[in-house]
Amino acid sequence: MRGKAANLKEADAGMKRMVISMGMKGIFAKKRGRRTAAAITGCVFFVILLAIYIGGALLPDSALAADFSQKSLPPSMKHLFGTDFLGRDMFVRTVKGLSLSLAVGAVASVISALIALAVGVTAAMGRGIADHAVNWFIDVFMSVPHTVLIILISVAFSRGAFGMLVGLAVTHWVSLARIIRGEVLQIRSMQYITASRRFGKSRLWIARKHILPHMLPQFFVGLILLFPHAIMHESGLTFLGFGLPPEQPAIGIILSESMKYLSGGAFWLALFPGLALVLLVLMIDKLGNTIRSLLEPREAQL
Amino acid sequence: MNILEVKNLSLAFRMYDGAFSRRDLSVLTNLSITVRGGEILAVAGSSGSGKSLLAHAILGILPKNAVTGGELFWCGERLTPKLQQKLRGKDLAFVPQSVTYLDPLIRVGRQVTKDDKRLADLFFRYHLKKEVARQFPHELSGGMTRRILISAALAGNPKLVIADEPTPGLSPHLAEHAMKHFREIADSGAAVLLITHDIDLAIRFADRVAVFYAGTTVETANASDFADENLLRHPYSRVLYRAMPQNGFAPAVGSQPYAGALPRGCLFAPRCEKCTAECTKAPPAPRVVRGGEVCCRHAA
Amino acid sequence: MLLEAKNIVFGYERGRNILENMSLSIESGERLALVGPSGCGKSTLAQILAGNYVPGSGQVLLDGKALPRRGFCPVQLIYQHPEKALNPRWKLGKSLFEAWAPDDGFLNALGIEKVWLSRYPAELSGGEMQRFCIARALAPETRFLIADEITTMLDVVTQAQIWNMLLRIAAERNLGILAVTHNGELAKKISARTVTFPEKT
Repeated sequence: MRGKAANLKEADAGMKRMVISMGMKGIFAKKRGRRTAAAITGCVFFVILLAIYIGGALLPDSALAADFSQKSLPPSMKHLFGTDFLGRDMFVRTVKGLSLSLAVGAVASVISALIALAVGVTAAMGRGIADHAVNWFIDVFMSVPHTVLIILISVAFSRGAFGMLVGLAVTHWVSLARIIRGEVLQIRSMQYITASRRFGKSRLWIARKHILPHMLPQFFVGLILLFPHAIMHESGLTFLGFGLPPEQPAIGIILSESMKYLSGGAFWLALFPGLALVLLVLMIDKLGNTIRSLLEPREAQL
Repeated sequence: MNILEVKNLSLAFRMYDGAFSRRDLSVLTNLSITVRGGEILAVAGSSGSGKSLLAHAILGILPKNAVTGGELFWCGERLTPKLQQKLRGKDLAFVPQSVTYLDPLIRVGRQVTKDDKRLADLFFRYHLKKEVARQFPHELSGGMTRRILISAALAGNPKLVIADEPTPGLSPHLAEHAMKHFREIADSGAAVLLITHDIDLAIRFADRVAVFYAGTTVETANASDFADENLLRHPYSRVLYRAMPQNGFAPAVGSQPYAGALPRGCLFAPRCEKCTAECTKAPPAPRVVRGGEVCCRHAA
Repeated sequence: MLLEAKNIVFGYERGRNILENMSLSIESGERLALVGPSGCGKSTLAQILAGNYVPGSGQVLLDGKALPRRGFCPVQLIYQHPEKALNPRWKLGKSLFEAWAPDDGFLNALGIEKVWLSRYPAELSGGEMQRFCIARALAPETRFLIADEITTMLDVVTQAQIWNMLLRIAAERNLGILAVTHNGELAKKISARTVTFPEKT
C-alpha cells in the first residue's frame, strides 16, 4: 500500500511510546494545526533574530555615547533596561551586543560546519586508516575541556576578535563531524548504493547524487544548532577577558563590566542582557529543531 | 466463546508528504474478524499492507496520527483504551515481529516476567537454559529471541495472543516449533491471532484463515477450505488459490488498489469477473456462507 | 555465456565460514533455483555472485574472466526488499533511469504504469516497487539475474504476475536466472534445476 514504509515506521515508533489514541477525535482536531503552528513560530523567531541583527547593525555608534546626566538609572519607560555607569542606554547596548553575537556566531558556525562536513565525509568515505585517524583526532579533541581549548587557540592567534573567531570555528565541528560520519556510513551501506555501483556509477557520482542530497538537510540543521554553542562560548570567553576587546559592544563585555556594580544593587546591568542572551540562544535552538521537523516530515511526530 | 470481535474497523493515517501537504491514507476499511477461544485465526495478506496495524489497533498502541472507526469487543464487552491498558501484557499478549521490541539494556529474564517460578516454568517449556535469563538481548540467537518473545507474551496467562509475523528468520524446523507452541496455547483454551504474509503457513497451522485484501478481510474460511478452490467463497480467495505455485501459478491481472484511491464499492470489484453494478456502488456486508464469513454479494 | 562460482569460501566472522568450498555454474538461458532455509548462506552466495561481496577464497567467473569491478555489471542482483533498493528521496523514474533508459513498450511489458515514474517509493506498493527494481536490472548489458527472494514479501497473486513476466523476458533475451528462495513449490515452478542447501544445526 502507499506510504506503507512510513506507516509502519510510525506504527513502530508508536508501539514504543505506547500511545493510546483510538477513536479520539478531540486529539485529532488539536493536531490539525501543529505543523503550521510550528512553522509560524519558526518564522517569527527568524524575523526576531533578523530584526535584532539588522537593528544592532543599523544603530549608530552615537546611540552609545556617554551621557553622564543619565548615569546608572534603573529600568524605566525611557530606558527599558536602565542605563550604565556612563549613562549609556542598556537596551541599545544589549541589542548591539546580541547583533554582534549573531554575526560572530554565524561566521564561527558556518566555518565549523564546513570543517565538520569535510572531516565527516573524509572519514566515512576513506574508511580504514583515514577513518581511524579522524576518530582518534576527534577523541583527543573532545578530551580537552572545550573552553580551555578555545582560550588556548585564541591566544595562539593573537587574541582579539580574530583569535576568538579562529578558536570558535576550529573547536565546534567535532560533534557534527561525528554525526555526519555516522550518517554517511549508514547511507553508504544501503542497498540502493550497492545497486548504483553495479549499474556502473562511479564513487564520485554516488557521493554527489545519492549521499550529498541526503546529508544537506542534516547539515543545515546541524549548522543552525551549532549557533547557540558558538554564541555562548563567544560571550563566555569575552566575559573572561579572552575574547572581544573591551571597546566592542559585546554581551560578554557588558556582563563582565556589570560585575563591579552588581553589589551596588544595579541588577539591571546583568539581568536584562543576560536574559536576552539566553532567549536568543533558545530561539535559535528552537528554530533549528523546527526546521528539522519540517524537513523530515516522516520522522517527526509533529 | 468469542474472545475478540472486530466490527467494521477502519483506520486512516494523517500523512505528510512535504512540509505542509497533508492527506489521509485509509489503511484498513470495514475489517471484521472474530477470534474464538481455542483456535488459531490467521490473517493472511501481502506484507506492508497494514495487517500489523490491526494488531496495533487491538492493543491500543497506534501512533498518534491514526484515526480509527468501528468497534472492538473483548469477551462481549466494549474494548476501550482503558480496558486495553488493563489487559495489555496480561490477558492480551503480543508477540512482536522483531528483536527491537526487547529492551537492549535489561537482562532477558526480567523482561519475560518478574516471577522467578513462572520464569523457570516458561524456560523449561521453551527449552531455554537457565543461564539465558542472565543474558542481554544482543547475546541471543534468532531462534532464542523468538522463544523469549513468546515466553514473555505467555507469562501472564493470556486469553488472546497476537503473533505478528512470528516465523520469518527462523529455519523450517524452528518455525514448525514456534507454530506448535501457538497450537498448544490455543489447545489450552486461549485464542491466537496469527498475522502473516505467508499463506502456506496460515493454511498449515491455523484453524481459520482470514483473507486480507486492500485493508479489509474479504473472507474468513476454514483452513481446510483451501484444499479445493470450490470450497472458497470469495472471488479473490479463488484468485489467490490459483496463484499459488502448487495450484497453477496463475497470474491474475490487476493489483490491489491504493490506500489513497480505494474504490467506493467492493474493494475487489475492479478486478472481479462477477462484478455487477451493485458491487461498484456500496461495499458488501459480511454474510455467513457454508460456515464461513464472506464479504461478497455473489458468494453461494 | 557461463557464470561460475568456484570453490567459494566466505565467513562474516573469523573461523566461522558460512560458505565452505561452494561451487556452482549457470549458463545463459538456464533457470536455476537455490533452495534452503534462512541463514544457510544462500543470500550470501547471491551477493558474491553479483560481485557485492568478495569471497575469502575462490572465484566468480563470467566466461572464464573475473566480474568487471567498474562499469555496468552483467550480473545483476534483485533484492528481497525493494523499498531498501530504491533511494527513498528519488522519484521512481529517476531510480529507473539511473540504470538505463527503457522504452514505453518495455515498461508496459513489466506492468509499470507511466504515472508511477513521477512518484516516490513510499507511494507505491511492494509489488510495484519490485517491478521497478526488476526493470532496472534488465538493462541491455545484463546477462544473468540473481533473484534473491524477490517475491517473498509479496502476496501470491503478485508473485505469480512477477515471475511469469520475468521468465518470459528472460526466455526472450536468453538470460540466465538464479532464483534464491525458501519455497520449494515456487522453485519447482520457476526453475529447471534446483540446488538445495542443507540446514545448518
